[in-house]
Amino acid sequence: MFMKNTVDSQGPIWEVFVQQKTGQPYRHAGSLHAFDKEMAIENARDLFTRRGESSGLWVVPAEAIIAVQPADSAPFFDPADDKVYRHPTFYQMPEGAKNI
Amino acid sequence: MDTQQALIRYCLRLGDTNLILGHRLSEMCSRGPMLEEDIALTNIALDHIGQAEVLLNHAAELENCGRTGDDLAYLRPEWEYYNLLLTEQPNVDFAYVIVRQYFIDLWQCLLYDHLRSSNDKILAGLATRFLKETLYHRRHSSSWIVRLGLGTEESLQRLVAAVGGLWKYTGEMFESDEVEQTLSAGGMVPDPGSLRGLWLDAVKSDFEKAAVSMPVSAHFSTGGRAGRHEEHLGHLLAEMQYLPRAFPGAIW
Repeated sequence: MFMKNTVDSQGPIWEVFVQQKTGQPYRHAGSLHAFDKEMAIENARDLFTRRGESSGLWVVPAEAIIAVQPADSAPFFDPADDKVYRHPTFYQMPEGAKNI
Repeated sequence: MDTQQALIRYCLRLGDTNLILGHRLSEMCSRGPMLEEDIALTNIALDHIGQAEVLLNHAAELENCGRTGDDLAYLRPEWEYYNLLLTEQPNVDFAYVIVRQYFIDLWQCLLYDHLRSSNDKILAGLATRFLKETLYHRRHSSSWIVRLGLGTEESLQRLVAAVGGLWKYTGEMFESDEVEQTLSAGGMVPDPGSLRGLWLDAVKSDFEKAAVSMPVSAHFSTGGRAGRHEEHLGHLLAEMQYLPRAFPGAIW
């Protein structure tokens, strides 16, 4: 976005998400360069799954991700700060209850 | 030739083919066209060196004359290396690296797939293990063949040049002598010639996707499997063997 004028000869950026075990959520692992989908998934395998067990791998073109710009973070996130009633903290916790 | 001798030579041939290709690929470390590809190529180099280690250790055990797998890898003279000539060909450019790799990957996939049902339990076990990573190597190199073929005018030109330059080394993969004949008669290894048709079919299909025509060449270079090499291997060995020869017994 601010680097619009820079020519990058290494292809577009892709974001990589790795699942460590079946059923677990995919976590963002990092990003890489690739010119096409096949190259992106191969590069992701080589860069992010070679040392550990992995059961799933996603790559997403970085430009397909819509992100909140830093300049917008105040209107997006700050209004939640003074609305404590949105948090479920006004209940009595049943004794012995876990995972709430 | 007895079975034991044939088996030792077979493990040396396959081990050396992996060792020399692994070393050639390792020369690409820090020279890949981009960081991601640099890591991919060095990963593949390590896979080949790993396969070489297992095969040469096995050969050393079968030999049982006091030499270790490391001795075999680093202390033999040039004429006692039995790798395919294809694997010692230099890294002329990225297309050469990929085409050399692609030809070997296809062949190793077929070979390991057949070796899985070998009568020799050790070979069968090794092939099962090697096949997994080799299928990945093949995916990597064949996707590059198509990418280079359909890429730019220059990438196509370089791909065609590399195919033309390396094709004459592909015949050696399917040759056999008394080593393979002895072992295939005992159901221990496939007849190398039987893999040729499958290999050609796979190349044809990928080359079609890459819009590259099949080379027509009647002449094939040979000799590596018998220890007769081209000028390249000596230079490669000088570098590869320098450390263990300069500092005998060196460890980390």
